[in-house]
Amino acid sequence: MPSALINVPPKAKRGDIIEIKTLMSHTMESGFRRTSAGELVPRDIITSFTCRYNGTEIFRADFFPAIAANPFLSFFTVAKESGKFEFEWIGDNGFASTASASIRVE
Amino acid sequence: MSPFRAIAAAALLAAAASLSAGELPQEQRRSGYSFMGPDSRAMQDDDTSNPGMLFVLDGEALWNKKTGHAEKACADCHGDGRESMKGVAVRYPAFDKALGRPVTIEQRINLERTRHQEAPPLAYESRDLLALAAFVVNQSRGMPIIAGDDPELKPFVEKGRELFMQRQGQLNLACANCHDANWDKRLAGSPVTQAHPTGYPIYRLEWQSLGSLERRLRSCITGVRAQAYEYGAPELVDLELYLMSRARGMKLEAPAVRP
Repeated sequence: MPSALINVPPKAKRGDIIEIKTLMSHTMESGFRRTSAGELVPRDIITSFTCRYNGTEIFRADFFPAIAANPFLSFFTVAKESGKFEFEWIGDNGFASTASASIRVE
Repeated sequence: MSPFRAIAAAALLAAAASLSAGELPQEQRRSGYSFMGPDSRAMQDDDTSNPGMLFVLDGEALWNKKTGHAEKACADCHGDGRESMKGVAVRYPAFDKALGRPVTIEQRINLERTRHQEAPPLAYESRDLLALAAFVVNQSRGMPIIAGDDPELKPFVEKGRELFMQRQGQLNLACANCHDANWDKRLAGSPVTQAHPTGYPIYRLEWQSLGSLERRLRSCITGVRAQAYEYGAPELVDLELYLMSRARGMKLEAPAVRP
């Protein structure tokens, strides 16, 4: 049950710079660790994240094995119009999760 | 007795007194939070950057999920956990009449599972158990700790206190040697802290996960090169009870973030 925490200001003035924060639940198993029996634990990480603002991609990040568990991202954008932010995480073993948040721009 | 000897004896006596006195006055008690850097504090303060809150979300989902032969969810008896679990965690570990001894929040959840849901107990430190514990404890965030008030708990608090004062392991250290006598110093660059468990289960960055107070105690015990007690061992529960009673009056802040 992947859960995510999203922090988008519910409203902003047109032209304001706003901060968007996302926290995704994921173990981010690096693929370099071994069990006590010496077997390699297979890699299981998120590989990419995208954020769309009313359909337009405004932020994208590629993830690698050195990123910690439950990755937290913070980024900025300019509040242009009311609407929706859509977030998407894609990863190993068919991992895919989405979330969204809306904003009112005055 | 020569003056030098008298001074040495007095110093020894003073050291012994400070070790046995143990308890700091209320106004000098500090949460581990106050020893952290601004980045870690910011991470804990914002519920959308505190990874412990992910476990709280999962815990709420589990709270409402039917399980076991009884086909009952926690919510079927306790209703909305956000209301019914308020103020519960501040008095844990609490006395269980049937067992005749204190049980931790995690043990209480498993007792409820076996007694009422007819479900198998969850493994210690498993994601589901930590998530349920985090959800329950989170409902008491900001409330003062009152653990150990129950008169039936008195002998167990005392046992926990003895364990805290007892030297052990190859390094021959008691908990008190660091956390009472040297809490204002550093160990390998990290603050020692006063050992007030105000934020458990904690999200420890080193663990990359949420973990219980028992996990923390076990890693400290291993650190002084003693044989750690098994999860759920009476010694660990007594120690947990003593530490919580020692933090009495301090505000619960679970799930806390710690480095």
